[in-house]
Amino acid sequence: MQKFLTKRAIASGISLMILVVLVFFLSRLTGDPTDLYLPIDASLEARENFREIHGLNDPLIVQFGRYLGDLVTLDFGDSIRKSRPALEVVLEAFKWTLALALITIALVSFAAIVLGSLAAFNVGGVFDRIATFFSLIGASAPDFWIAIVAIVLFSVNLGWLPTSGTGTVWHWVLPIAVLFIRPFGLILQVVRGSMITALSSAYVKTARAKGVKPRPVIFVHGLRNGMLPVVTVIGDQAAGMLNGAVVVESIFGFPGVGKLMIDSILQRDFTVVLAAIMVTAFAIFLMNILIDIAYAVLDPRIRY
Amino acid sequence: MTDTSPLPVTPATAEKGRLRRFAGMLLADKPALVAAIFLLVVLLCAVFGPMLLDAVATKQNLRARNAPPFDPSLGWMAFLGADALGRPLLPRIIVAAQNTMMIAAGAVLASMAIGSCLGLIAGYSRGRWAQIIPRLADVIMSFPSLLLAVIVLYMLEPSAANIILVLAITRIPVYLRTARAEVLEIRERMFVQAARVMGASDARIVFRHILPVVLPTLLTIATLDFAFVMLAESSLSFLGIGIQAPEVTWGLMVSQGRPYLTSAWWLSFWPGLAIILTTLSLNLLSNWMRVALDPQQSWRLEIGGKKNG
Repeated sequence: MQKFLTKRAIASGISLMILVVLVFFLSRLTGDPTDLYLPIDASLEARENFREIHGLNDPLIVQFGRYLGDLVTLDFGDSIRKSRPALEVVLEAFKWTLALALITIALVSFAAIVLGSLAAFNVGGVFDRIATFFSLIGASAPDFWIAIVAIVLFSVNLGWLPTSGTGTVWHWVLPIAVLFIRPFGLILQVVRGSMITALSSAYVKTARAKGVKPRPVIFVHGLRNGMLPVVTVIGDQAAGMLNGAVVVESIFGFPGVGKLMIDSILQRDFTVVLAAIMVTAFAIFLMNILIDIAYAVLDPRIRY
Repeated sequence: MTDTSPLPVTPATAEKGRLRRFAGMLLADKPALVAAIFLLVVLLCAVFGPMLLDAVATKQNLRARNAPPFDPSLGWMAFLGADALGRPLLPRIIVAAQNTMMIAAGAVLASMAIGSCLGLIAGYSRGRWAQIIPRLADVIMSFPSLLLAVIVLYMLEPSAANIILVLAITRIPVYLRTARAEVLEIRERMFVQAARVMGASDARIVFRHILPVVLPTLLTIATLDFAFVMLAESSLSFLGIGIQAPEVTWGLMVSQGRPYLTSAWWLSFWPGLAIILTTLSLNLLSNWMRVALDPQQSWRLEIGGKKNG
């Protein structure tokens, strides 16, 4: 297990390094932050001063070396926009995204597993067809479109829910609902397919023949063995939540890491962008480890 | 004198027979048939739309600003309403199909070609490349694709070529992993061994013997991925870092209608519906392909679709 973990950590570290180098140099190509933060008529002296403070005067390679040096001591630099440590800014936003993603993925997993298993129990039945149809639509829907249609319908016309921001529980309903739809469709399809295989296996038939009731057969005998591919997809979708979060957060004005990243790129706040990338990648790394552990728990034959 | 001997099976007749078989299988699956027809219409719009309707789609008519749909007084071109500059929506959606389809097709073709080749090499060779190439996929997969695209497109300029490039790179691992996994299993099979014993070169074995077996799976994934890439491009255009006006895609049209959401819902609704119907069709067709291209399952469609209704 330990050897496996080290190997994974090294692989993730390398890919993260490549990403950081790429973004560090590419982002410097977009232009000088000085133009953005100082007034147009700022004196040359003031500009020089601003560059000196934020270390923008040195050659790029020196800047990068210094950045790496600071990184070793977990110093991610300061945000130009907010004059605060970049890591602090990112972690603050990350809390919101994490909460949003966790709640959504928990709801999605529960709903998709229950409904998918029931659909698989009676393939071709009415319930199966309805579930398949809606999961297909869900998997095909552009989330930004669902989001704005939902705003028109529930916030503007019916006035039930707030359009954007945070504050009350009601502010969470629409973002979660919009994030819910696409992963729900995909996971439901996988649960259904995997459960059809599991439920047609010999031990399930034996259990049925012994007189075990349908529900325990589905959720105890079948589910545990049909879960492995499902866990993979749930993991993929959980990482993909961050994709959806970019769109959903910017539409609903949700102060998460997706919105922060877009704002920071627009404002050429490079340190925050880099910190956000690293925090996100680290979170995904942790989640992949969790998924591997879940494999081993579900299937005792898997060892690392 | 008539020739009563059975027709010789030339490659041409075999090809014809296979086409007829697929046509029959498509007829057996009604949702897939409807999806295929719809996609054909979209394709025709994408190819011929801009040629025929470009002038109508860009003509501004300030008296028809945000004209509501289903109003016969403005002619059938404005059947779906008009946008904030009075440009009729229906021709605009048809014209926008070209950019939307072109970007998605470009990205899918590029990522499929590159990803499959890398996957074939990684799966077939036993040398150093077999170790390095899968790591490449891990690097790309280690970060959410849309976030990556957002970052890169902010830094490069958002042009169609750059969007295709970014989307293609983020989708390479999908094909790479699938092709590699399949090749790992296929290369141990008897017919590959036989080809090797007969002295076929590595390139011949990979492209003549292994690729045809892997291709149906890759095509099925590509169909599904086309939908994914289309949604990704739409999201990027919606966020304002995809295609830039005056060029137009469905995603951009949704975003252009957003300021008028409360007063003129149709501006965003129709292009969004176009996206949803196209991706839905692609998903249905991909489901059909998964069965039709699998020799062990295609009987389900060949028995006339009575059993699976």
